[in-house]
Amino acid sequence: MAHDAHDDHDHGQDAPSDMALRVKALESLLVEKGLVDPAALDAIVDHYEHRVGPRNGARVVARAWSDPAYKARLLADATAAIAELDYTGRQGEHMVVVENTPQRHNLVVCTLCSCYPWPVLGLPPVWYKSSAYRSRAVIDPRGVIAEFGTELPDDVEVQVWDSTAEVRYLVLPERPAGTEDLDEEALAALVTRDGMVGTARL
Amino acid sequence: MNGVHDMGGMQGLGAIVPEPEGPPFHAAWEGRVHAMTVASPTRANIDAGRHQREKIPGPEYLAMTYYQKWFRSLSDLLVLKGYATREELASGKAAPGTPKATPLLTGDLVAATLSRPGSYVREGASPPKFAVGDRVRARNINPDGHTRLPRYARGHIGEIMALQGAHVFPDSNAHGRGEDAQPLYTVRFTARELWGEAANPRDSVSLDLWEPYLERA
Repeated sequence: MAHDAHDDHDHGQDAPSDMALRVKALESLLVEKGLVDPAALDAIVDHYEHRVGPRNGARVVARAWSDPAYKARLLADATAAIAELDYTGRQGEHMVVVENTPQRHNLVVCTLCSCYPWPVLGLPPVWYKSSAYRSRAVIDPRGVIAEFGTELPDDVEVQVWDSTAEVRYLVLPERPAGTEDLDEEALAALVTRDGMVGTARL
Repeated sequence: MNGVHDMGGMQGLGAIVPEPEGPPFHAAWEGRVHAMTVASPTRANIDAGRHQREKIPGPEYLAMTYYQKWFRSLSDLLVLKGYATREELASGKAAPGTPKATPLLTGDLVAATLSRPGSYVREGASPPKFAVGDRVRARNINPDGHTRLPRYARGHIGEIMALQGAHVFPDSNAHGRGEDAQPLYTVRFTARELWGEAANPRDSVSLDLWEPYLERA
């Protein structure tokens, strides 16, 4: 029986092929009852596969690195500043941007479910939604960040943000050294999803 | 409810497996579950959807993948809200004579709907009792319904860092008791306050907490 990558590290109750059949049956039922429009389902999948994702957030970060006035607006009212780039909508209704500095590192989690800023980062990766990350990020953020490959010095303050309400957090990473000559597009290419969640430093 | 979903601070729940940036869905059915959850009439109440996932029995919750939980809670909500029966879900066919509804969300409206700036802030709620800089204690409450006050913060003292306005109160809205907007605060707790002396004295955890979760410390 086929197993996808998803199932390799987060075992479920049903084999994927069983899930595919059950989901297909549910979709047939909801379409027959007129509760969902199949064209809407196609468009929603397309939206989350192609229109939103971490490249959106990377453009926000690159703009903030390039334009001090934009950065000031972003830190003062992230929802409005991000809307300037047309990244708006569900799970981005109330945005807050938290800035990394040499003395401070930020890490975002949702311990209760999987809240994540969809318009700027897209849908969350499997690890962000996993029990392992959700449980440990608040009690052992330094250990979690180390597992992603960064050892934070003891004198760097770690601020964890647990997304318990409809406020969504985006980390503004530090601009890497030696990037003074890069334009916004080249800067955006340096920004990673993990850097904007805080599990990595750029 | 004190369910397994409230897992902040637990240990021993396995390894974190990093994943490169890539497609959001790992099988086609995951995308369909996501889309049906977003398009279904049950989506009108986001708090009820979250609570439905919390009500999955703990041992099953821990064994399920993310979209298995979404599939389960969507199916359960459709039955709970009277949109489908268990028999229909099992067969994939509507009972004979079922009237056909009109979908709330059609394909042409999806892009605009998903990108529309929304808000959970409601005007007209009572003014905030606390101010930035106030010391507050997260109350020791253990409701058996939906709440967004994690166990790991209960009983602990933090500092108000920001006021977020009056937001829809999930503890009420999840149960169909109305939005009951309440002042929402960003509250910072030191890591030592939450986890004891072994924690780094510089570190902190901030949560967004509604006024009914808090008392003056």
